[in-house]
Amino acid sequence: MKADLLPLSLVSEALASGTVPADALLEAFLARIRALDGRLHAFLRLTENEAWAAAKASVQRRANGKALGPLDGVPIALKDIFCMEGVETCCGSRILRGYHPPYDATVVRKLRQAGAVIVGKTNMDEFAMGSSTENSAFGPTANPWDLTRSPGGSSGGSAAAVAARLVPGAFGTDTGGSIRQPAALVGCVGLKPTYGRVSRFGVIAFASSLDQVGPFAQDVKGVAHLLGAVAGHDPNDQTSSERPVPDYASALDKGVRGLRIGVPPEYFGEGLAPEVEKAVRAGIESLRAQGCEVRETPLPNSPHAIATYYIVATAEASSNLARYDGVRYGHRAKASQLLEMYEKTRAEGFGAEVKRRIMLGTYALSAGYYDAYYLRAQKVRALIRRDFDQAFASVDAVISPTSPTTAFRLGEKMDDPLAMYLNDVYTVPVNLAGLPGISLPCGFDSKGLPIGLQLIGRPFDEETLLRIARAAEPAEQRLPPILEGR
Amino acid sequence: MSIDRAQVRHVARLARLALSEEEEERFAAQLGNVLEYVERLQAVDVSGVEPLGFAGDATAPLPLREDEPQPCLPREKVLSQAPEQNGEAFLVPRILE
Repeated sequence: MKADLLPLSLVSEALASGTVPADALLEAFLARIRALDGRLHAFLRLTENEAWAAAKASVQRRANGKALGPLDGVPIALKDIFCMEGVETCCGSRILRGYHPPYDATVVRKLRQAGAVIVGKTNMDEFAMGSSTENSAFGPTANPWDLTRSPGGSSGGSAAAVAARLVPGAFGTDTGGSIRQPAALVGCVGLKPTYGRVSRFGVIAFASSLDQVGPFAQDVKGVAHLLGAVAGHDPNDQTSSERPVPDYASALDKGVRGLRIGVPPEYFGEGLAPEVEKAVRAGIESLRAQGCEVRETPLPNSPHAIATYYIVATAEASSNLARYDGVRYGHRAKASQLLEMYEKTRAEGFGAEVKRRIMLGTYALSAGYYDAYYLRAQKVRALIRRDFDQAFASVDAVISPTSPTTAFRLGEKMDDPLAMYLNDVYTVPVNLAGLPGISLPCGFDSKGLPIGLQLIGRPFDEETLLRIARAAEPAEQRLPPILEGR
Repeated sequence: MSIDRAQVRHVARLARLALSEEEEERFAAQLGNVLEYVERLQAVDVSGVEPLGFAGDATAPLPLREDEPQPCLPREKVLSQAPEQNGEAFLVPRILE
């Protein structure tokens, strides 16, 4: 197989062995972007100048025997939520059109230090609010498996780019499932690390007690390489943990014999598509066959997670998005009075879903409603976390579907916000509890659409999570039809 | 749980959002639906439960650093992104008559 169709860890090996030089690899991926992205719209903009300079520097390092590690020369895409100095960063919103951040996100800095070749910024739901990438102010992204369907969201551009082999790896953010759900819907691997594992400095904020940065790749080992490059404490992010960062890739092949996997019955109930359930249960059986002990693990408060999430996340968002006031950056509406300027700027700059969430969050925090909504939601959040703490006393990971259905049609859920929110029923509990979660492919439905399986781990135990994911990932990779000229 | 147009207008003012009449009507219906859905939280027994606002590392305190001045971004770089500025400050419409 050509190097530019391989999963990230094998791309990395091809670079290391000299089978393909970084500049030729970049050209192959840029050619594919030019050929396919008109139909996919995974990218909002390319950073070709930086990419070429990085690829040539990588070739030079290898020639001098000074390669930096597994990402040296590997093309990477970034969700348009990561600030890059001097590169327009809009977070999918009209209100940030023309914004050129004056500094780099820590993730960007670390990727450059690892020798990665940053090729561009990917499409997303506005301010990461959405599950379909249709809330982007710049138009939706299509799913590489069926261009009439959504790739999920909010990191849909990054997921689609990896699935269509426009890049071997990408980064997104996950506040309620925004990495894992699109990974499931396009058939790649997506990891949301533990809250505090990766710095959020320079990552545009949505809901600060839930947001986390994480990688996409076609293989679990690729995701391990990407996580290793960006994890760790950052003095610029007070919530980033000082715990040491293990070598994630080295522990992958230890096997899973003796590990205990919990199956929560609450995640296999009403609303789960039968074909998704069948594929996930087959994934569970495969782990059992490899020596995992499988047991039922109740998570009784998980059914309250969506309601809890849409209070907590919108309350935090209403506060975080107060900064878009037309004063320091971004769009400003014409007005003669200050209050009118604020109100018109925000009315013109924000899309419908962002307005809805700001309204809901403001309502939940407003006088007379705070105790009934916000405080109560935080208490239910504590119960959801407690369920997981109890589960992890007797299992090493929890397994579930990632999303209740396969990819839905573009436009299908846009008029019903609540139906869209219910996409995230299996992913939001993980953010509320601050845990690591990973989605990986586990088969296809009868329409040929990918199905994803989710593994949830103990805080800061990404190693075990990746080890189990490695055992569960499919041996063979199917290419989406768009790559076969269909 | 329903929410009327007057409440929508009140919340929109708190959030500094100008809404059209059509938006007011649509949001009243949609927010009503979502609030009806979250109503289910009222049935959860939370007696004696401490609220969880931060799901970070439970075993380690947040790292602290010395309170020492650090270099910050140059003024012109920051001002360069402003819709209106005079080289020294951000400009806004008149606040006091």
